[in-house]
Amino acid sequence: MALDGADFELYPNEIVAVIGDNGAGKSTLIKALSGALQVDNGEIRLDGKRVRFRTPGDARRAGIETVYQDLAVAPSLDIASNIFLGREARRRGPLGVGLRMLAKRTMRREASRHLQELKIGIQSMSQRVENLSGGQRQGVAVARASKWAQRVAIMDEPTAALGVKETRQVIDLILRVRERGLPVILISHDMPHVFELADRIQIMRLGKRVAVVTPQTHTMPEAVAIMTGATQAELEQTLVKDGEAPPAASAGEGP
Amino acid sequence: MNPTESSAQAPSYRAPVERARRILAAPAVGPFLALLLTMAFFSLKSDRFLQGPNLSLVLQQVMVVGVLAIGQTLVILTAGIDLSVGTVMAFGQIVMTKLAIDSGYRPLTAIVLGILACVAFGLFNGSLVAGVRLPAFIVTLGTLNIAFALTHIYSNDLTYPPGNSGKAELPSALLFWGRTFTIGHTDITYGVVLMFVLFGLAWFALTQTAWGRHVYATGDDPEAARLTGIKTSRVLLSVYMVGGLMYGIAAWLLVSRTELGDPNAGQTTENLDAITAVVLGGTSLFGGRGTVIGTLIGAIIVGVFRNGLTLIGVEVIYQYLVTGILVILAVSVDQLTHRRRL
Repeated sequence: MALDGADFELYPNEIVAVIGDNGAGKSTLIKALSGALQVDNGEIRLDGKRVRFRTPGDARRAGIETVYQDLAVAPSLDIASNIFLGREARRRGPLGVGLRMLAKRTMRREASRHLQELKIGIQSMSQRVENLSGGQRQGVAVARASKWAQRVAIMDEPTAALGVKETRQVIDLILRVRERGLPVILISHDMPHVFELADRIQIMRLGKRVAVVTPQTHTMPEAVAIMTGATQAELEQTLVKDGEAPPAASAGEGP
Repeated sequence: MNPTESSAQAPSYRAPVERARRILAAPAVGPFLALLLTMAFFSLKSDRFLQGPNLSLVLQQVMVVGVLAIGQTLVILTAGIDLSVGTVMAFGQIVMTKLAIDSGYRPLTAIVLGILACVAFGLFNGSLVAGVRLPAFIVTLGTLNIAFALTHIYSNDLTYPPGNSGKAELPSALLFWGRTFTIGHTDITYGVVLMFVLFGLAWFALTQTAWGRHVYATGDDPEAARLTGIKTSRVLLSVYMVGGLMYGIAAWLLVSRTELGDPNAGQTTENLDAITAVVLGGTSLFGGRGTVIGTLIGAIIVGVFRNGLTLIGVEVIYQYLVTGILVILAVSVDQLTHRRRL
């Protein structure tokens, strides 16, 4: 999916949600920001400084971490290994320098402390991630992102694969991540959660940013109408009819 | 997510049945039980089976396949497969022996060049799999034939040293790993010790270093691993090259054991046995799951079968039949557990 005119801003200590229909360019935008895709045109500025990401590693080094909807990173590895994957701590002294031996105990201890800070109740850091429930797995993924993200944490549909109760837990977790001062970009289909979490909501359609709204200025049906391209008249009609989400417009003009 | 919930889940794990299932599912426990059963079976059938010299012989027969299987384990952990292990080893073996005997290279130089030839094959396989992203199965099937052809072309179909030619014997450095020392009344081959050391090193690299974690992560889900910033192509390339190194060392072991460079070595037995050892050892063909300790046990199981069947007088051709069935059984178990996991 191509992006065109998809400007995007994020300020400290806020959660910005990006919403849009399938194919609106949400994931492409996020992949560009996390280094998974390279942009042909346009620029990314971090604290006002222009940056270029050629690989996911570049984005990580710039302090941007991403949580993807398909959950765990390496299901066959344990929790501590997942949290430290790609950033393994080595032992001090000859074992670490010469034999490149991992400091497993340190990593487990740090992983455990970090999960406790985020109030994720997993006891043993040596459990394999594949043995965890979906919510716990996503908890590990969010914890991993918040541990390493210096600037931004991106959550791409973090609750899409989860049940109701587990979704709740992940949402609370995202709020705790923000409390720690980390700005969050949230991509989600779930309007009630978007409106609960987000400080600002960026609406995308057909690869473009069509509006930036806040939960205070716009209602959910209004946001959905902008997202689907419903006309103002159609919107008012549906509001009168059922006050619920309006039907997807066939060919609408943006407001 | 919160403490109360996780403790509410805990009882299902504490139930004895669940605990037993988890112990059985732990890596290398299943293969180990299979090994004990196999050994029990053959010790009932033959009095000689459990005697020291025979067990030492089993290990001696296992050492080449075992070292090949280390390389194969690494490749399979990344969800690949290497069909070229046997013929690449045969090529390395011919390079070593021919250079040492015909071309007058110093023995150690010949050995190093032979091992490097195998590493070069690993580099070739790895570049195509990691760089061009071709399926490992097809790449290594091609390499199998290339190495086979090169072996016969380079050796002119001759064994080294050529029979009855009166030429020099193989230098002692090439035969080093076939020498023995004695514990009790049992002769132990140095090559067996080397095999155990290599298994130890592979275990260390896979479980105690970041490289090992990255091998598992790459095999588990290459795209997810790439997104965490792991350089998956580099990991794959390194895996195939370390594999090549192992096949080169196995070539040296083979020369030591057979005291011969044989262009027809490694065509079926070693190739199939190495894959069988890995799969019997519980490493999943889907990648990301497995241990080298399991592979060691798997290699010993294969060795025990070949040795035991010989002891009880089963013809060699039936050994092929049995190993063929064994590998299919082991793969079926892998497939079933994989399906349950999904």
